[in-house]
Amino acid sequence: MTSPEENMKSIEAKVVVLGSQGVGKTSVVIRYVGGMFSKAVSPTIGASFFTYKMTLDGYRVKLQVWDTAGQERFRSMAPMYYRKANAAMLVYDITSLESFYDIKDWVKELRKNVDTPIAMCLLGNKSDLDSGRKVSTAEAAEYAASIEALFFETSALKNLGIEDAFLQVSKQLLKMYETYPNSGMGLLSSPQESTDIFSHTTQNVKLPSRTDSEKPPSQGGSNCGC
Amino acid sequence: MAAHGEADQLGTTSDSDQGELNETDAPGKSEDAILFASDDFDNLTYEGLAEEAQKPVQKGTIHAIVRQSSNDVDSRSNTPNNIDHDSSEVSAGEESVEETAEQAQITPRADNTEVPDTVDASRIEIEEEDAYNPEWKNQKKHVFILSASGKPIYSRHGKEDKLVTIMGVMQALVSFVQDAKDQLRSIVAGQHKFVFLVRDHLILVGVTRGMDSTQQMLLQLMYVYNQVISVLTHSSLNKIFKQRRNYDLRRLLTGAEKFFDNLLNLMDTEPGLLLTAVRCLPLDSSVREIIAQSIVQNAKLKDLVFALIIVKNQLVTLVRMKKYYLHPMDLHLIINLVNASESFKDAESWTPICLPKFDASGFVQAHVSYLDNDCEVCLLLLSVDRDSFFILSEAKDKIKARLIRYNALQAINASIKRTSYSTQQCGIPDLRHFLYKARSTAQYTSPELEAPYTEPAEQERLFGMYLYLHHRIHTSGRPLKILFHVGEYETLLGWVTQGFELYAVFGPLITKTSAIHAVNKLLRWIKREEDRLFILNSVTF
Repeated sequence: MTSPEENMKSIEAKVVVLGSQGVGKTSVVIRYVGGMFSKAVSPTIGASFFTYKMTLDGYRVKLQVWDTAGQERFRSMAPMYYRKANAAMLVYDITSLESFYDIKDWVKELRKNVDTPIAMCLLGNKSDLDSGRKVSTAEAAEYAASIEALFFETSALKNLGIEDAFLQVSKQLLKMYETYPNSGMGLLSSPQESTDIFSHTTQNVKLPSRTDSEKPPSQGGSNCGC
Repeated sequence: MAAHGEADQLGTTSDSDQGELNETDAPGKSEDAILFASDDFDNLTYEGLAEEAQKPVQKGTIHAIVRQSSNDVDSRSNTPNNIDHDSSEVSAGEESVEETAEQAQITPRADNTEVPDTVDASRIEIEEEDAYNPEWKNQKKHVFILSASGKPIYSRHGKEDKLVTIMGVMQALVSFVQDAKDQLRSIVAGQHKFVFLVRDHLILVGVTRGMDSTQQMLLQLMYVYNQVISVLTHSSLNKIFKQRRNYDLRRLLTGAEKFFDNLLNLMDTEPGLLLTAVRCLPLDSSVREIIAQSIVQNAKLKDLVFALIIVKNQLVTLVRMKKYYLHPMDLHLIINLVNASESFKDAESWTPICLPKFDASGFVQAHVSYLDNDCEVCLLLLSVDRDSFFILSEAKDKIKARLIRYNALQAINASIKRTSYSTQQCGIPDLRHFLYKARSTAQYTSPELEAPYTEPAEQERLFGMYLYLHHRIHTSGRPLKILFHVGEYETLLGWVTQGFELYAVFGPLITKTSAIHAVNKLLRWIKREEDRLFILNSVTF
């Protein structure tokens, strides 16, 4: 088990999940990381931190996911999370036009404040509520194209589109990594750099409890086709 | 050990002269307090408040720590009194990005986002205001927050936007009296007391027909006000209203309603808020020492101000930076944050919180995580460095590992299961329940609620008796040292000394002599148990 892994390059990428309150950011993340859905997800306070590991195209990818709070009062904290982010998941609720318009503010803010490359992915969540839909797929897709973001409609409830979205984002992150490996923009920390972050304290770089025993993502290397 | 000898000695003397209260050395007393010893209640008068309002709020603490701990005090942030002390202050650097984003938050958004629909709705449904609803009217205690210009911000019962008229009346009353260069404090009408607190563009109103005294209501309003500050910081609150007097603050408090709800419920059930004291989870002092050491050894980080473990609203341990104390009111806000937030149970969290008594002008960042699978043992690491999440996260893993290695987590869980202690354990037959506060350490202890106080209604009645006793003893006009009160169903004894406050509830037939005897015996029992019931050593980084 060790030898092939040792040959693999490891990268760590920071993913920030943004969007208005109640659009289902936490549900999407918990569905992806924890593989479940809870009806009683309570509003996030500040931000929650999740990690997710996968192997993809010969890389060991560790996603550090910051699930941010959508409430207005936490707006001022957002820079802390997106500042060094490599990818942003912009989540809106397909039944709320306002949540979709809010995405534009987020994009504007990201453009203004982030000067490093950042992969963006637009997620229209709650796609199971098609009867109450207010944001058409075409409109969202067009918008996503205009900001050069990936676009998926997802349902945390029905588990639709989420794995694919994260997978495609990861692929894009790899592509970014290969394009600018040494850009020094904090894009993706190489293993050495990531050691540096933790070196204050000890050798224990990896969180001991959640290592590779975590279920390998089902989509692991199988979808490398595209 | 010395403590034991002392207690025994006192025991013998008091047995000989029955019928006199012995001002013993207060059990739970410590020179080395972990918390800021506070007697906020006694200081809480309108005169005091008016004075306090003149004084600048507690601020600059965070800035001082940041400046002290960062080797390279960057010249960009050397303007402590300019624009915002809030979030950007928390980190020593990289303010440019934050500030712009902050502007986005603080600057009230364009008009179209001003929650116009709710205003319209209330205009249409004005006939159906909650104030006409009998259920609403029958609530025992109401608490309202409104802006100085009369905009509804929060109501404990009913929807605040359906209470525009009544809030308008409150605002009118306050400003009418203000116009006469005076201040509206309270109104008593029949069974109801209306208590007003005006602070920094906010009007807080409490209405009760319970046992709460005016001053007790005022304390509760102070907590509510502090909760607002805790969410927004004093600086932002002022800045917002300076920019737009009629700003709809609900925008920024969305999602924080549950903190107010929860806080108000805690205040009706948890004596610690009334006593401005905290209850500790009973633990052997050796175990508590191991826990504190686990934190000190693994989390000695330059920007970490407080590290604490909370279990079921009780304090397990607190480690603090040498120069700084945590105020019990701030600790109650932290407890409330943990108590009201389910989302911390999902994952490690990183959230800003303002501690008004510590520094009202800025946020500290809290790393919040649960150490056990049942999500009962909550570790909070409060830092002034907003970029320290990963360092703290790693410290948390090590603390947890060490607690498991030394069976400390197990000991905590055992203590949770065992519940606190029964009144019977004190060995005093007629004693039903008591509250004991050690004043020097701002900690209190009390036994489990047992028969006859098992039903919520009875518990409420008991709490009402404590309110009464507390009120009578602390009445600012005529404070009492000792009060013996024979009621219909129980007899109450309240006793306050330099070192402690004791409120005891006995059966109705107890005589004064035996009550006094019992109380002396109780103090000796608490003295014997003090190492377990109180945190007597303060551990610092």
